[in-house]
Amino acid sequence: MSAEKHLLPPLVRRIGLRLGAALPALFCVILFTFIMMRVLPGDPAVYFASGPNAGQAEIQELRHKMGLDAPMPVQFLHYLENLVTGDLGRSLTTGQSVARDMQERLPASLELTLTALALSLLISLPLGLTAAWWSGSKYDQFVRAFCSACFCIPPFVSGILLVYVCYYWLGLAPDPTGRINIFLPQPPRLTGLLLIDSALAGDWTAWHEAAGQLVLPATTMALFVIAPLTRMTRAAVISVLGADYIRTARAMGLPTWRIMIVYTLRNALMPVLTTVGIVFSTMMGANVLVEKIFSWPGVASYALDALVSSDYAPVQGFILLMACLFILVNLVIDLLLGVLDPRVSVE
Amino acid sequence: MNEPLLTIDGLRVSFTSDRSSREVLHGISLSVERGKVLALVGESGSGKSVTGLTTMGLLPKQAVVTEGTIRFRGQDITRHVPRSLRGAGIAMVFQNPRAALNPTRRVRDQLADVIRAHDRLDRAALQARLVELMHQVSITDVSRCLNAYPHQLSGGLCQRIVIAMAVACSPDLIIADEPTTGLDVLTQKSAMDLLLRLTREQDMGMILVTHDLGMAAQYSDDVAVMRHGEIVERGTPEMLFSNPQNNYTRRLVAACPNETSLLEAPEDAAARQESGPAVLLEVRNLVKEYQSGFRAVDDVSFSIRQGECLGLIGESGSGKSTISRLISRLVDVDSGEILFNGTSISSLSAEDFYRAPQRRQIQFVFQDAAGSLNPRYTAFRSIVDPLLRMGPVPEGDALAELVVQTARSVGLSEDMLERYPHQMSGGQCARVGIARAIIVSPDLLILDEPTAALDVLVQAEVLALLERLRRERGMSYLFVSHDLHVVRMLCDRAIILRKGRIVEAGRCENIFHAPQSNYTAQLLEAIPHFRPAACV
Repeated sequence: MSAEKHLLPPLVRRIGLRLGAALPALFCVILFTFIMMRVLPGDPAVYFASGPNAGQAEIQELRHKMGLDAPMPVQFLHYLENLVTGDLGRSLTTGQSVARDMQERLPASLELTLTALALSLLISLPLGLTAAWWSGSKYDQFVRAFCSACFCIPPFVSGILLVYVCYYWLGLAPDPTGRINIFLPQPPRLTGLLLIDSALAGDWTAWHEAAGQLVLPATTMALFVIAPLTRMTRAAVISVLGADYIRTARAMGLPTWRIMIVYTLRNALMPVLTTVGIVFSTMMGANVLVEKIFSWPGVASYALDALVSSDYAPVQGFILLMACLFILVNLVIDLLLGVLDPRVSVE
Repeated sequence: MNEPLLTIDGLRVSFTSDRSSREVLHGISLSVERGKVLALVGESGSGKSVTGLTTMGLLPKQAVVTEGTIRFRGQDITRHVPRSLRGAGIAMVFQNPRAALNPTRRVRDQLADVIRAHDRLDRAALQARLVELMHQVSITDVSRCLNAYPHQLSGGLCQRIVIAMAVACSPDLIIADEPTTGLDVLTQKSAMDLLLRLTREQDMGMILVTHDLGMAAQYSDDVAVMRHGEIVERGTPEMLFSNPQNNYTRRLVAACPNETSLLEAPEDAAARQESGPAVLLEVRNLVKEYQSGFRAVDDVSFSIRQGECLGLIGESGSGKSTISRLISRLVDVDSGEILFNGTSISSLSAEDFYRAPQRRQIQFVFQDAAGSLNPRYTAFRSIVDPLLRMGPVPEGDALAELVVQTARSVGLSEDMLERYPHQMSGGQCARVGIARAIIVSPDLLILDEPTAALDVLVQAEVLALLERLRRERGMSYLFVSHDLHVVRMLCDRAIILRKGRIVEAGRCENIFHAPQSNYTAQLLEAIPHFRPAACV
């Protein structure tokens, strides 16, 4: 309890500092995407004019209505002003506000990514640990080959293959369309993560349904990141195995499993955790292929659709969201590192 | 029960790779009795650590026992040491105690892991055992130490914890592998006294692996001198060190600094003293405070004359390294003044000092000879680098000529210059470090424990080299060390530091023969030494 008393104030200060330091970066992200969207070819006013035969006057009027005729700095200030009030603009494709679209779709992406991440960790950690433990053996070679294979197959190929085998051929998996059977009653929305919501509501039919829908896309994504995570775990474990304290543990006759888990894996987790942060962010972005294949109503496919149709607001909102998520994930990783390694919090 | 506790008979160990096999132990035979200490002495690479690791069953995968037997309490453990024996039958104390402990686990849990690996104890019994262990290793601050992580404890405390771990399951044999390397004399003494006391009290046997002859002499009942994987001589310490039979042992004993060894004739030193050359470096009221408010250096003043060697002695944390960094201007001074050749250099910031003309006049030789060389530079590149940066760079062939000449003056042959640090021995790396520092002809050389990581024979060579260079080039030295004998051999005057303050300063012979302060007397007392004359 006394440790907590000492821990809290610097912890809060560290969070504050990190978030504060992220603000300039966020501003740059906003500015950059804003300019990029306007430099890229394509005029939303033309795109959204009533038809291909719309006259110049109609487009001009639309442009005025959308504020596109104002000078760019003014547009940017206007955009910033809206951002501060929480208004991310309105999507021209869906007709809803971007904030609302995001709120609906982000949980879907998060649920998919988090499940995939958990799945890949569940495979990578034991695989990397054992490969390092018996490094140089046939088993180690096999793991290396497996990782290369996983990494070589792009997600859209592995995704389609999985659908073909598990759904079309074997009929094991449900049809790859969305998160949950739309004819089923939806669990009350609390977190937006279907697995958690249905579990909270005690609706286990819905839970199974949602879990079943999740298996294939999550596996597809997990396959893609198993390689970096396993390789990182293996490398970290090998360097820890060379440490003096592992030799001490062996000399003192500690049981092998304890040396493996408590002494080795525990100390090797730190670089792995840092990699997890990077991998998670990549996954959020790389989601788009998987979301497309499995008709997953996530944010990435939403942003891609918007980008194709020169719909500024959703793209800007998406990138801003990703930037914030990236900062948050890294902050969480940073704090976790402090928990994992007592030496970090001292400095 | 006539059989000794441990018998090693004709042990041969080879390191094999796909292509080749190299034998590192060529038939070692030794035995350890209960309640006795056997010291294995030798230079690095002599096979003394491999002997310890083989006994423990901790050899790396590529090493195999090709011949011979190891018997412990009558049981053959040559090729397999059962887990129940490791820790509970034979335990090991390692060097570098802090690294030997798991950094992310509390001391309490690590000790409990060891106990529970061999004993089923309930919570209360475990706690009682932990407290008992702490008392056994003379730790008074029990709850703080148990709840701490290793990095929160001093090196001395960590070593006690490592010892506590080793005795936790009452083993019959302890193998102590350089147990005090990296600890200062006072801590070393208390750790060794503790190990010896436990060995005697619990009637254990101990194998003490060390390169320090003094320690072997003081703490062991039997000594085996090893070289190139063989035992060249063995006997009681008195016999061995007062009347060594083997040529190699004789050289080792001679190279080991003791209270009478000297590098130069005394009249030389006296002559230099009388000429009284000008003061080169003057330090006035130096203070360095770290952010936490800890005063690493607290009001320190001294001076060094031209051609003089000043020794800086202190335990770890005494501020001796900070002082050397302050003077070499790698760290900023908080208050006080450093005058070099009459000009103040303390006002320049450490970041800009590399541009000052004094940079090339003050050079540094670092402690870790191999680690302070760029692993991707050849010896030539390392030596020439400071010259290229600080000039003046001689034209054409003269540059290479100068490097070769400098290398030769530190005893490096020309063909060594193309080697990388990993292709050189510790002594050769140390020579490169010295050559790199003197190539720009500095006036002041700061030597931060330059021989701490070296074997005695190599240390003797490097010390002789330093002494010769000083006489030939008229350089001044600030020699930082925790080895009092080495300081006495090389230096005219010495300063004893403690907690950032000067405890005692003066001419070496006065400090060593008639110490004024209690602390100095304690330090002198703590050095393990063999007295060949007194032993007979």
